[in-house]
Amino acid sequence: MDQSTASSSDCENRSGTVNLFDVVWNQHTVGHLASGQTQLFIGQHLVHEVTSPQAFGMLRDRGLSVKYPERTLATVDHIIPTDDQARPFADGLAEQMMSAIERNCAEFGIELLGLDDSRQGIVHVVGPELGLTQPGITLVCGDSHTSTHGAFGAIALGIGTSQVAQVLATGTLAMNRPQVRRIEVTGRLADGVFAKDVILSIIRQLGVQGGVGYAYEYAGEVFDTMGMEERMTVCNMSIEGGARCGYVNPDHKTVEYLRGRPAVPEGEEFERAAAWWLSLASGPEADFDDRVTIDGSAVEPTVTWGINPGQSVGVGELLPAAEECSIEERAGVEEALEFMGLEAGQPIRGQSIDVAFIGSCTNSRLSDLRQAAAIASGRRVADGVRALVVPGSQQVAEEAEALGLDRVFIEAGFEWRAAGCSMCLAMNPDKLEGREMCASSSNRNFKGRQGSPTGRTLLMSPAMVAAAAIDGHVTDVREFTSAAV
Amino acid sequence: MSNSQVIRLSGTAIPLLLDDIDTDRIIPARYLRCVTFDGLGEHVFEDDRQQDPGQPFNSDRFAGASILVAGRNFGCGSSREHAPQALMRWGLQAIVAESFAEIFFGNCTALGIPTMTLDREQLESLSSAVEADPTIDVTVDLEAVTVAWGDVIAEAGLPESARTALVSGEWDFLSQLLANDAAIGQTAGLIPYLNGFGSG
Repeated sequence: MDQSTASSSDCENRSGTVNLFDVVWNQHTVGHLASGQTQLFIGQHLVHEVTSPQAFGMLRDRGLSVKYPERTLATVDHIIPTDDQARPFADGLAEQMMSAIERNCAEFGIELLGLDDSRQGIVHVVGPELGLTQPGITLVCGDSHTSTHGAFGAIALGIGTSQVAQVLATGTLAMNRPQVRRIEVTGRLADGVFAKDVILSIIRQLGVQGGVGYAYEYAGEVFDTMGMEERMTVCNMSIEGGARCGYVNPDHKTVEYLRGRPAVPEGEEFERAAAWWLSLASGPEADFDDRVTIDGSAVEPTVTWGINPGQSVGVGELLPAAEECSIEERAGVEEALEFMGLEAGQPIRGQSIDVAFIGSCTNSRLSDLRQAAAIASGRRVADGVRALVVPGSQQVAEEAEALGLDRVFIEAGFEWRAAGCSMCLAMNPDKLEGREMCASSSNRNFKGRQGSPTGRTLLMSPAMVAAAAIDGHVTDVREFTSAAV
Repeated sequence: MSNSQVIRLSGTAIPLLLDDIDTDRIIPARYLRCVTFDGLGEHVFEDDRQQDPGQPFNSDRFAGASILVAGRNFGCGSSREHAPQALMRWGLQAIVAESFAEIFFGNCTALGIPTMTLDREQLESLSSAVEADPTIDVTVDLEAVTVAWGDVIAEAGLPESARTALVSGEWDFLSQLLANDAAIGQTAGLIPYLNGFGSG
């Protein structure tokens, strides 16, 4: 295996001008297609029940098998109920999809983490938990929030169903190479300001399509200081800023997070892995196609008021009027204010809510639940507010229960549910009704996203959602004294 | 396996000149509870259509259109291929917009749907022309990379990789990827994490 040794030393780039993205991309390049696209080798494929049945159908139609079943893992998350999980599901269509992924995984030899498996959960929570998400790999899933896995220094791409079939059959993907933009967030975040506020601020500044054609490298003191779960929150929403993927360079926190996880090697092999992972990080001389610097100390708790994730304000700000915005934004601002039933110039603070949702692949990990529980502890959800906490995986649920967080939430009047995507996109029974206004720790405030065509979403951090649930309206979490939980 | 070449498409158009139209709006998530793409066409823009009788997909004037005229960042959000599938099954064969979200663009190309870009002024002119006369013939030309209507021939944009693939009929990437099996194995043999992280 001399070749692989040589190859790993070739890509040490701490002293070079090559960034992590280029190193990983080059290492996974199989060749180029007639169209000029790169054929990219994919090291890890994650599969879920919504975007895979048609892909398995395409394989069946052509008599193809799965090329790397051992590098493919399936779980169920989008459609599963978070209360009564008895089979068959009450929703016949959901049951049909569940049966389909069970049948497909059995037929094609892919491991499936079903509801009876304690490792089941949201695909972007499960991959890192199991140690499948590692620095320097390429990872895909038929889900746009696959960008989450970039937190480890992986190239992690959301793909469509035809591409799912391509990766299943060949272990490769046809891709145009993006440019790389380094986003440096300097300084330190103030108390009460979280990773969610950082990414909402980045998207507000660069726009929902500002990242089209780019991979985002997130760097700077704010990211150096963040834990892995916070890095995942930021990378998760790269796609909301138009970037196909985003990543953070691996460091010792990355290595320590991975140590001892099931899919991570042990002993000497781990030491070799860690050395290789750390060698991948973009060095100080690395070149980028574009650079942006943001002052992290100025980021406020941030709340969306509109119908795309770029339409946000700091909790102390007033909503914009269409005429204050650029010509390109005006129609969108008017449409958003009308749909949301909000007025230009009004404060977002004090806006009443009907529902509070803590969950989703953006913010359903243990640190998210701890931050929210610290606010909920010893308090009560406001009358008339329906509040849900949906942990991202069975493992997160178990860890939270061991810490007593479930009791904190239940005593405060939240419902404590089983793991799944739930009300982020409402493919299961957890939905908004009518024009309900929801404070949500999820990632999208699109029209109808949370299951009611006229339902409304205010995106914010999990701690801000907990605070809004307690007060019954959008409030500034910095004014809450938090309990130690 | 080669697909049909996509060189020139002509037909009537449907205007939807709004920005940041996300894939949840194109096909709401509840219609993703399915194991095939059949039947998605009838639910395209379902919630927008329910809430706005004037939504163009409700209008008989644009029935039978094969070219969609859209705004900036069309198809943002979810990677669901159900979105271009729904548009295609409704009857659309090409989309002309100011810009496209990336995953959506890739999904369209994989289905043989050209995603042409026009600058805003021309897009507004095309949209107005279609509003004024829904029977006007619009032509999308991938060789000349133009969009034409009435006496206008507007220079358009289309990423070269997609243009090459569509014009040559080589947009079935699965066959092309399969053809390089030996090179796939060679690449895998050099990737550290597939080989014990450089163990001797």
